[in-house]
Amino acid sequence: MEMLKIENLHAEIAGKEILKGINLSIEAGTVHAIMGPNGSGKSTLSNVLSGHPAYTVTQGKATFKGKDLLAMPTENRSHEGLFMSFQYPVEIPGVSMTNFMRTALNEKRRYLGLDPMSPTDFLKLMKQKRDLVKLDAKFMNRSVNEGFSGGEKKRNEIFQMAVLEPSLSILDETDSGLDIDALRIVAEGVNSLKTPETSALVITHYQRLLDYIKPDVVHVLYAGRIIRTAGPELALELEERGYDWLIKEFEDSNR
Amino acid sequence: MKDKTKETDNILVRELSQEKYRYGFTTDVHTDIIDRGLDEDTVRLISARKGEPEWLLEFRLKAFRYWMGMPMPHWAHLDIPPIDYQNISYYADPTVKKQGPKSVEEIDPQVMKTFDKLGIPLEERLALSGGVAVDAVMDSVSVKTTFKQTLAEKGIIFCSIGEAVKNHPDLVREYLGSVVNYRDNFFAALNSAVFSDGSFVYIPKGVRCPMELSTYFRINAQGTGQFERTLIVADDDSYVSYLEGCTAPMRDENQLHAAIVEIVVLDRAQVKYSTVQNWYPGDENGRGGVYNFVTKRGLLRGVDSRLSWTQVETGSAITWKYPSCVLQGDGSQGEFYSVALTNNWQQADTGTKMIHLGKNTKSTVISKGISAGHSQNSYRGLIKVGKEATGARNYSQCDSLLLGSQCGAHTFPYMDVKNETAVVEHEATTSKISEDQLFYCNQRGIPMEQAIGLIVNGYAKDVLNRLPMEFAVEAQRLLSVSLENTVG
Repeated sequence: MEMLKIENLHAEIAGKEILKGINLSIEAGTVHAIMGPNGSGKSTLSNVLSGHPAYTVTQGKATFKGKDLLAMPTENRSHEGLFMSFQYPVEIPGVSMTNFMRTALNEKRRYLGLDPMSPTDFLKLMKQKRDLVKLDAKFMNRSVNEGFSGGEKKRNEIFQMAVLEPSLSILDETDSGLDIDALRIVAEGVNSLKTPETSALVITHYQRLLDYIKPDVVHVLYAGRIIRTAGPELALELEERGYDWLIKEFEDSNR
Repeated sequence: MKDKTKETDNILVRELSQEKYRYGFTTDVHTDIIDRGLDEDTVRLISARKGEPEWLLEFRLKAFRYWMGMPMPHWAHLDIPPIDYQNISYYADPTVKKQGPKSVEEIDPQVMKTFDKLGIPLEERLALSGGVAVDAVMDSVSVKTTFKQTLAEKGIIFCSIGEAVKNHPDLVREYLGSVVNYRDNFFAALNSAVFSDGSFVYIPKGVRCPMELSTYFRINAQGTGQFERTLIVADDDSYVSYLEGCTAPMRDENQLHAAIVEIVVLDRAQVKYSTVQNWYPGDENGRGGVYNFVTKRGLLRGVDSRLSWTQVETGSAITWKYPSCVLQGDGSQGEFYSVALTNNWQQADTGTKMIHLGKNTKSTVISKGISAGHSQNSYRGLIKVGKEATGARNYSQCDSLLLGSQCGAHTFPYMDVKNETAVVEHEATTSKISEDQLFYCNQRGIPMEQAIGLIVNGYAKDVLNRLPMEFAVEAQRLLSVSLENTVG
């Protein structure tokens, strides 16, 4: 089954075009990595797919599980099973993690025509998912991301992903600012959520994360376009040789 | 980016504006309304209707004569249209068909239905678990007070002020006007002249009131003003938690609500006073709504006495209100916790006065303003430390949250410190709901309206946590802009 199909996607922010014709197809059960130098449009792609209001799609389309993704409001993309792990998760003072997750989960259930989850079931679910990313229970009474360390914030992202059980998870630079132990915990969390029905889009600057989350396909994004698509060996090659040779090849071929 | 931000602002503003006022209905009940207008005869008429003793009529007339010579105050950051005091009826009695209702059965069923609809049970068997005693006031008259008997067994007096004048004249005479003198301000003088029912509470020495006491104020009749008067006396070593709620019908006219609340706290006594103010705020174009001009003050006469004001203000077209503490007893402590939300064309100028007179007195002020639409929201606070108030301490924190770009938030802190040992601290912040916070919520599946409600409630949490449970739930609902009609 095709999870996500992006065709000729163009998007801009504040009148500046960042994505210049992205084509990408992700099958269910696969992990795709998007790599690329800074400023190539990696975060823009994840924001556009998630529906950030600051970005405008000017051309192209994106189909998510057969539905027109770009026509859906942000919250419905989430309800349909799209999750984004933020590079910089925001703090929401005064809103406890428990309250936040209960609201999020029950909004999804309402969208799916289900009754709100009973408090007992909800607490059970929370405990189970917390264990997955080794997040202490005390975080549940804290305000969303407030006073969390960098590693705790990222673990909290994966925790939320586990609770919401998305079909497609976009991990936007989840490895940035993580030490090796935190990275391993986060990666284990992601891997344990992998099923034949779910997919992941891992956006990263470095190969490091891909040692733990094995991609099936690796894409290189440069100047708003995908300039190379290959197997996992590409990531290793990039780690060794950097991006410059690829960029040069791309520019030569466009001359 | 700029355009997009503006667009988000517009969505916020539009969605908040659509929040429905749930209590805007009117009750069709036979109401005895005196003619519009105000002169000495009006004052005499009100006093006569209430069957008052001569001393109280004199109290009223003195206040009225003083009020006649006073100009309307204009120092607040408010734009108040001229009020025609001769075009208001000062007394409306919806219970007139039956003199002094004694049981639920005798009250006009329409009146009962009104309070049912407002979620205020007037039958004791229906009371919320834990027990909340209610004094229900409609227009100028208290229609029923519940649990009076239960409370009387502990020596607690809880009744309408009108009834207290009849049954406990000595107590009323001793304390009425002892905290807020009729000369205090324009609206205090007006209220002292024409006041009608509010509640009277007396907690005897050493008694801890076993249930929450509450008064629910409802304006119903057209063309009337409401001039409630409430007096609470907590004798030595007593404790009471008192709640107040209020609503009014949706009307194009502006209705005046000018109240006085006086609280006397004696040695080591403790009073918690909580308000959820939800008078009709007017429509999205600023038509109609209640003018809420209120003087609330507590006199902490006793040593180590405590008074805590908690208010959630979401209603009224214009709010002018500064619940205050006079910290007279040595070691007394005053607290003020406030959330004031203004939307559309609402205006609020609210805050507190903490007057430190006794030694080692302490006060805490936490104010959270939320402005949306075209509204104006001001915090105004005075911290005064007298010469003798050695060791006085105050901490004030005033936060403002702006939704959209057409509203205003203002902070006016005043300090007047005459004792050099005093420590007075003031902190203030102004913030906006960020697009990133909203996007984060949206990405997790939380739609815009719920996201705003969640963030606003989180912002106000420190204050909401001070409210008794039943009130906190209602206050959260009021603050949260969850929109029944736009979801789906």
